[in-house]
Amino acid sequence: MSKKIIPVGPYHPLQEEPEFFQLHVDGERVVDIDIIIGYNHRGIEKLCEMRTFDQVVFVVERICGICSISHPSASVNCIEDCARVTAPLRAQYIRMIIAELERIHSHMLWLGLAGHFIGYNTVFMWAWKYREIVLDIFERITGNRQSYAMFKPGGIRRDIKKEEVPKIINELGELERSLEMFRGAVLDDPVLHARLKGVGILTREDVITFSAVGPTARASGVAIDVRKDDPYFAYDKVDFDMIVTENGDVFDKVIVRVLEMFESVRIIKQGLTGMPDGPYDTPLKDMPPGEGVGRAEAPRGEVYHYLRSDGSNTPARYKVRAPSFMNVATNAVSAVGQSIADATLTLAAVDPCYCCTERMQAVDYKTRKKVYNWSDLVRLSQEKTQQLKKKF
Amino acid sequence: MSNTASQDILTEVRERLSAKVTQWDQISGRRVYIRIEKGDLLEVARYLFFEKGARFCTASGVDMRDAMEIVYHFSFDGIGCVLSMKVQIAKPALEVESLAQLFRAAEWVEREIHELLGITFLHHPNLKHLLLDDDWPEGDYPLRRYPNE
Repeated sequence: MSKKIIPVGPYHPLQEEPEFFQLHVDGERVVDIDIIIGYNHRGIEKLCEMRTFDQVVFVVERICGICSISHPSASVNCIEDCARVTAPLRAQYIRMIIAELERIHSHMLWLGLAGHFIGYNTVFMWAWKYREIVLDIFERITGNRQSYAMFKPGGIRRDIKKEEVPKIINELGELERSLEMFRGAVLDDPVLHARLKGVGILTREDVITFSAVGPTARASGVAIDVRKDDPYFAYDKVDFDMIVTENGDVFDKVIVRVLEMFESVRIIKQGLTGMPDGPYDTPLKDMPPGEGVGRAEAPRGEVYHYLRSDGSNTPARYKVRAPSFMNVATNAVSAVGQSIADATLTLAAVDPCYCCTERMQAVDYKTRKKVYNWSDLVRLSQEKTQQLKKKF
Repeated sequence: MSNTASQDILTEVRERLSAKVTQWDQISGRRVYIRIEKGDLLEVARYLFFEKGARFCTASGVDMRDAMEIVYHFSFDGIGCVLSMKVQIAKPALEVESLAQLFRAAEWVEREIHELLGITFLHHPNLKHLLLDDDWPEGDYPLRRYPNE
């Protein structure tokens, strides 16, 4: 039989991100899959080697456009691990509050997109409407709706004012009511049960061999969560549950994320009321030679950063591993054996983030040479500036 | 988990691997750095992943001028500890056994290191480009610090 391929990508029509899935099909059934990525590679690791430790946090904040605080979380943990310093407790509490607000808005965004994927656009409209509550809180306390620039090695940049606390708690109440509505809508809707249950099953064994992380692992019964296993920030000072389900299908991945949002609200409330007074920043002095590891539980799973310092003010090596890098690979087993309609849904269920997975360089495909080098890019930039100066 | 239980597991790993580990640096109960010989890689990785249930986080290649160093990161999630295992590969023959023979998590990680640093992973099932284009010039490794040495 000749090989038949259904291409999804390189620009995904629904996820609106650059990735390329080649579905090898036998009639309606997917028998194999090729995952092609790399359209979004920006050379972040190399860029970090040319930046000071303070600047690295800004660079990694630009890896992900959705959960922009996840990489800075791992980054400050990593830099502080290498420098053997600990940020003040108040800073740790505020970092935790920011990270949990981020988890809620990221899960809301995914939930909306998930609704959109299955043609349930009411969910999309609602989820994105209530996500605004979180973004408004972010704008007030950090100054930005996205890319907050709140974290720095040794502390945070802005304090949360006392008068903000009751306001945020009040808004969280409003958010909880909308989350209750989603919980009811997901658990009671026969259409969602029929469409999502038993689809795209990822077994516990596959999670382990692929070392998948986050909700993708927890929906398959693998109870891992950096917040519990290797507590950072102030996660060891608050009470919350790890949400684990057993079936590994798309439905369970929805359930895990919906229930996790309630836990995030619990954490934020405890954080806001339990936050001690005191300083929120300690200046970082010298960076000794050595190495450091920083981990953080992003909405999509464990973000892993590794740093090697030679004692200078820039990293000798900076490694970034995003959760989607591990999770997207699991599609090679979970999407195979399904119908095409189910496979496309499964591909989206890991909540893939390609900005994270790939961190450009143009090549002439005939001569196999690079089109631009560093000095060419500088020259192009200068020429453009000159043109603009003449024009205005 | 308590510190003693965490220490018990690390002590057990250390004793079991004593013949293989040339350097053991325990910074705390949460961070351990070890160094092993290239030839022992598969055996040690098999022990950590299958017998001790450690999760493979990632691996990072570091250009050390006269050698390449790969740091394999394993996470003992039950005790919240990361064990980073270093292997040195002398230039110019940059070859090492592939961990993708043992578990699939290493497949993409090794493909990335292969194209960005130019290390060949022996017995890897599919060592093609992951992030860079197939038309990328051969022998050009973007993450090398000393590309001409």
